[in-house]
Amino acid sequence: MDGMSLLTITVLAVFVGFEVVSKVSSTLHTPLMSGANAIHGIILVGAIIVAGQAADPWVLAVALLAVGLATANLVGGFVVTDRMLHMFHARKAVGAKEAPRKADGR
Amino acid sequence: MSLLDPVWTSLLYLVAAVFFILALRGLSSPRTARRGNLIGAAGALIAVLTVFLSSRLENIPWILAAIAVGSAVAAPVARRVKMTQMPQLVALFNGVGGGAAALVALLELSHTGDPWVRLAIVFTLLVGAVSFAGSGVTFAKLQELMTTRPVVFPGLPAVMAAVLLAAVAAAAVVVFTGSLPLASLLLVLGLAAGILLVLPVGGADVPIVISLLNAFTGLAVAASGLVLGNVLLVVAGTLVGASGTILTRAMAAAMGRSVAGILFGAFRGGSTAGSTAVSERPVRSSSAEDVAVLLGYAQRVIIVPGYGLAVAQGQHTAAELALALESRGIEVDFAIHPVAGRMPGHMNVLLAEANVPYESLKEMGEINPEFKTADVALVVGANDVVNPAAKTSAGSPIYGMPILEVADARQVVFLKRSMRPGFAGIENDLLYEPQTSLLFGDAKDSLAQVLGAVKAL
Repeated sequence: MDGMSLLTITVLAVFVGFEVVSKVSSTLHTPLMSGANAIHGIILVGAIIVAGQAADPWVLAVALLAVGLATANLVGGFVVTDRMLHMFHARKAVGAKEAPRKADGR
Repeated sequence: MSLLDPVWTSLLYLVAAVFFILALRGLSSPRTARRGNLIGAAGALIAVLTVFLSSRLENIPWILAAIAVGSAVAAPVARRVKMTQMPQLVALFNGVGGGAAALVALLELSHTGDPWVRLAIVFTLLVGAVSFAGSGVTFAKLQELMTTRPVVFPGLPAVMAAVLLAAVAAAAVVVFTGSLPLASLLLVLGLAAGILLVLPVGGADVPIVISLLNAFTGLAVAASGLVLGNVLLVVAGTLVGASGTILTRAMAAAMGRSVAGILFGAFRGGSTAGSTAVSERPVRSSSAEDVAVLLGYAQRVIIVPGYGLAVAQGQHTAAELALALESRGIEVDFAIHPVAGRMPGHMNVLLAEANVPYESLKEMGEINPEFKTADVALVVGANDVVNPAAKTSAGSPIYGMPILEVADARQVVFLKRSMRPGFAGIENDLLYEPQTSLLFGDAKDSLAQVLGAVKAL
């Protein structure tokens, strides 16, 4: 892909990133940070590509280290976020008893 | 060989990118947060399957083994970690992600002759290394492997400037020559810069630094996407970089701080003020029975839970005490400071875990005017979030942070482990006020004793 298209995509992604989290309550700061943290674990895709092209054993070793670290970021990040949010879910069940169906409507 | 043609690959990456956007949006609202996280995980799964199907990869067994090892280490830790230790785990995961991005960039250096790509490589190297080392230091601070006080030494600004200058010089040479040894040096300089960046940050501000480093890792991942020409990495990394920046500012605002003040406050020497004044003034210590009488004959009690409660795993006992008081006709609320615990929203998670009903958790803005009508404010394992120094002492590291106005209550009871100052390392004048009494001990034990005494009334 040429540089200009990548730049366009990058700039648009900046604005999307600003927009999607602009109205988050302080209650959700921690899970949101943790979820965003998991998403950048997608560097795993890059690590896999590099490891898959490695010919030299040393290069492969470093690339595999990157794969392992990226996997830890990705998998651990999503699991710990889910655990945090599981507790919110339990609390919601108490708080939103009156409108259980409507809550999913949006 | 590749099973997918490039169009399908691009389409699947697009789907994954959309999933990530939906995940972040979902995570911004309590109703959709959990689903949002699962959507994010699904997006990640799609992306990883796509890369296996679309690229010509060697060494697949090795790669799968590395993925298995990474998952086998991270998933059980994430599943078993105590919720109180969750902030440092997030820091750790963030750090290894930054490290992975830096390693990917380092290995790509020999594959390119384009100076623009090399520019993206040096950026990834530097920012990834800063994030890795900085997260390591935040982990050490939160785990209390090292002091939580700001660490400053006289030449720190000069050393930092020297490291950054050297890094810029090394980066420039790498961009023009592609030198691998200098790229490795750049990695080391990035690690040094990360350590120097976080050392002067005080314990209470560490969560904001985690969020900032999270945004850094996002930017490093985006830059590595430019290096590899992979649109998904560009989009996902940029999303995290941008949303992480907003989130960092929101967190800092919740604590009444500016991000620049947190990072560079200690450089100016402001952040250590007030922390050395250890007082010998007398305090009024009290027994569990005395506290029970105060609580049991009150009309309105506000409980202020803090990190000490969480560490002692006393949430359930606190919930029971609230129930026992309510059965005596006493109105009980929990006052939640936005940064109670170690991170914004952390205390909500911990109390939700203890099944404290949603309605009795009151946010700071809502509860602060009500302290005037409260007979007793029961502060359990909290200190900095009720410290009037945030309002009165301009040199204090927490100056400007909004606090819970417990001093307005008729009586204030602190359940504290010791007279040791809180995480920010500052003396709390409220402890010496005439309306304040203290019950020393582990938060959970103290609560259990008070609970027993209340039931015996």
